[in-house]
Amino acid sequence: MAGLGTGAFMLPGFATGRPVSPEAFLMPGDDVAMKKRLADAALNAAKSKGASYADVRIGRYLNQYVTTREDKVENIVNTESYGVGVRVIANGCWGFAAVVDAKNEAQLAKAAEEAVAIAKANAKLMKEPVQLAPQKGFGEVSWKAPIKKNAFEVPIKEKVDLLLSVNDAAMKNGANYVNSILFQVNEQKYFASTDGSYIDQDIHRIWPLFNVTAIDPQTGKFETRRSLSAPMGMGYDYLQSNPADKLTGVTTRYNKGYDMLEDATAASQQAKEKLTAKSVEAGKYDLILDPSHLWLTIHESVGHPLELDRVLGYEANFAGTSFATLDKWQSKNFQYGSKQVNLIADKTQVGSLGAVGWDDEGVNTKQWDLVKDGILVNYQAIRDQAHIIGAKESHGCCYADSWSSVQFQRMPNVSLAAGKTPLSVEEMIKDVKKGIYIIGDGSFSIDQQRYNFQFGGQLYYEIKDGKIAGMLKDVAYQSNTQEFWNSCVQVCDERDYRLGGSFFDGKGQPMQSSAVSHGSSTARFNGVNVINTARKI
Amino acid sequence: MAILTKEEAKKIIDKVLAFSKADEISASLSGNRTGNIRYARNSVSTSGETYDLSLSVTAVYGKKSGTATINEFDDASLEKTVRRAEEIAKLAPDNPEYVPMLGAQQYVNTNAFAQSTAGIDPEYRAKAAFGSIEPCSKKNLTAAGYMEDRSGFTALGNNKGLFAYNKSTSVDFSVTVRTADGTGSGFVQRDYNDASKLNTNTATEIAMQKALASVNAKALEPGKYTVILEPTAAHDLILNMMRNMDGRSADEGRSFLGKKGGQTRLGEKLLDERVTIYSDPANPEVPGSPFANDGRPQEKVTWFEKGVVKNMYFSRFWAEKKGVKAIPSPDGIVFQGGSESLADLIKSTEKGILVTRFWYIRTVDPQTLLYTGLTRDGTFYIENGQIKYPVKNFRFNESPVIMLNNVEAIGKPVRTNGSLIPPLKIRDFTFTSLSDAV
Repeated sequence: MAGLGTGAFMLPGFATGRPVSPEAFLMPGDDVAMKKRLADAALNAAKSKGASYADVRIGRYLNQYVTTREDKVENIVNTESYGVGVRVIANGCWGFAAVVDAKNEAQLAKAAEEAVAIAKANAKLMKEPVQLAPQKGFGEVSWKAPIKKNAFEVPIKEKVDLLLSVNDAAMKNGANYVNSILFQVNEQKYFASTDGSYIDQDIHRIWPLFNVTAIDPQTGKFETRRSLSAPMGMGYDYLQSNPADKLTGVTTRYNKGYDMLEDATAASQQAKEKLTAKSVEAGKYDLILDPSHLWLTIHESVGHPLELDRVLGYEANFAGTSFATLDKWQSKNFQYGSKQVNLIADKTQVGSLGAVGWDDEGVNTKQWDLVKDGILVNYQAIRDQAHIIGAKESHGCCYADSWSSVQFQRMPNVSLAAGKTPLSVEEMIKDVKKGIYIIGDGSFSIDQQRYNFQFGGQLYYEIKDGKIAGMLKDVAYQSNTQEFWNSCVQVCDERDYRLGGSFFDGKGQPMQSSAVSHGSSTARFNGVNVINTARKI
Repeated sequence: MAILTKEEAKKIIDKVLAFSKADEISASLSGNRTGNIRYARNSVSTSGETYDLSLSVTAVYGKKSGTATINEFDDASLEKTVRRAEEIAKLAPDNPEYVPMLGAQQYVNTNAFAQSTAGIDPEYRAKAAFGSIEPCSKKNLTAAGYMEDRSGFTALGNNKGLFAYNKSTSVDFSVTVRTADGTGSGFVQRDYNDASKLNTNTATEIAMQKALASVNAKALEPGKYTVILEPTAAHDLILNMMRNMDGRSADEGRSFLGKKGGQTRLGEKLLDERVTIYSDPANPEVPGSPFANDGRPQEKVTWFEKGVVKNMYFSRFWAEKKGVKAIPSPDGIVFQGGSESLADLIKSTEKGILVTRFWYIRTVDPQTLLYTGLTRDGTFYIENGQIKYPVKNFRFNESPVIMLNNVEAIGKPVRTNGSLIPPLKIRDFTFTSLSDAV
């Protein structure tokens, strides 16, 4: 589930940890030698108590968010969370214990002992022992997100000034209300395991977003338009756009640099335009879906159904199971999509939310095919699942949202490969007789096995005989995953490739949040069912 | 240790308040013990227990405020935390919507604490899971479930004389039971303050029956149907409506309660006259906290009376600006109902669809409160007062406002996710497509 709803902003439990002053973000965390000492204390204690495997994650998590509306700062939240999680296998069963603000070896050893005790207790209820795919140790290594400007080093005032100027631009261009937010995250993670890895990583994420509302005083109707930004695995450099990052067209869309001021100006004008836009006539349309929209359809209809734990039934009571059952994969001929459809899992793409050097169980990250030339070829699996699909190694997509959470299988970046034949958006639209061009993500809902879905967007443009005929409203499309991906007839080439993503993807009980990107170029889907969502109360 | 008494909590808070030199100072002290057990494929997958005791201090100078937290309670740590909050406040920008802290308040008595829940240990959790897994294993069904228990307290105090204390417990249980071939699925959820009311074994029986009864579902054409929404299904749509009753959004014209010209629907009849919804922290079946996070008392509030919008909730800033009472948003609600059971509602239905549960509900249009989502884990066709056969799941596009104008019958409310919600019989409920999901 992607966590942030449409319309008004709903803030999930984002800022966990203790409030701190922004200057605290600039203090270095523990040095690597200190972390190695702490980790070794836990690993040795676990082994001495009978664990056959142990790993330790020492995490320092920094969060900052700035929220504003119109000409006011609503809130500035700065939090830091620090602690250690120890996971072990004893008597063939997992055990986990965590300790907040761990400062010395004795605390770590105690946590490891607790984890072993829990594993031994749970082993009595276990049906099959854990089978871990082999993983070589990497020794002492490190990875840093290749950011150009650390967002936590930018003064708060600069961020507040940016958001207030964005709001000002929105209000001057016809918005009645505007909310804007800047989310920033830095995960400083140290991982060590009995396989002989000591991995130090520094991960950054940023998400600037806004929502403008325009009201028609005559009718009392209101319309909103949300930002076309993407959450990114980048620093503050994402907010310093240059012309090469912009794609012009019916509205400007953004790649690795986002011009928030320009987008807010356009958003206000478009929210006003929506008030008098034509209400869509329900029926079948060819859909042209921009990457700022298509990412969410990929996330829900490809990313989630191919999580191996869902397929096996481990999420049955919450997120659900999956239509993409093992027999479909084993048949080697399950047509997930048309031949144009190549869906790739990835944990390495620069600037993406999923990029890391190693996952949260010490596996080096990689890229692999999920759907190749339309055929289902693989899932997303971690070390204790790899054997189920006959794999000799994990895919490296294990993640925990905190030092205090148990790591489990999480979605890597899942992206639609760009088309191989040169094709621009304009050329694609030229061939469409009756279609709708959708930009930005909106309302989203999908069933618990990922067959039936419904998506809305931010901007809808009617296409008539190869030309954009004007703005539409009240649009949502409904389809079935396999039908939808088999109706994909064209994907634009790599010049149009961009990332979208979810900052708050929820899974598990208790629920954990993770961030994931989805890339694509604009793609065309023929004959999709569109409904009209206008109602009167 | 995690649950301090009122006296122990007050002692710590008073000490914090005495350390401060700020214009205003408040302290919030809370402690929780949370345990959980999760299972899937008839086997326990994870279980754990966490303790947390933390103090949050907010210092205010004029309209600048700063917050710091700590989980150590010696005098030096407390004083350090107060100084830190004061330092952060001095550096903060003015908050133009800041409202001074409340003075002493009167709170209603609620009783949301049960020793039976506070005493839950790992063995209890394992037994609860076993009681749910065992009957499923025996019938070749597959259970995936989750139980979470919590016991804790919250205390608030400030230098204006406010002091509030509440302790509470809760236990939440849900299980999804599927047939081995994946063609049937059933669900049940239970929540209580008092864990002695929870029997995971008998609750699981309902999910098992639904799983078995939902095999070989038939496809019906999407369209408008009379539906009977079990309380779990009704709850999700009604609570979505309640979450949109913020008065400021209505005043600003961007809510279903807004109207043209800056007017609101307050005082208008918006729903069927049989619909009365209120909240009451002292309700013995769904006791809530006697106070909101900022210390405002939670009192009995009627939100809809005979279909008429009676109240909206407000921030203290907006209420002061508008000259209205600053009613906080409620913890849970009571949807007033009749005496008919779910079985009675089915019996009186000529043709209709029984919905166990909804899933993945999202807003489509905030102005009309149009939501989309799907049925899940037990959807059945009713004819001549009897459940005839299982039907394939539907996607719906419906507004709770429209739905609560199409009321055929309201049954007897039952506790559902902290609220009292009746089963509802609704005509012309809009299903827009079919789903193959089981």
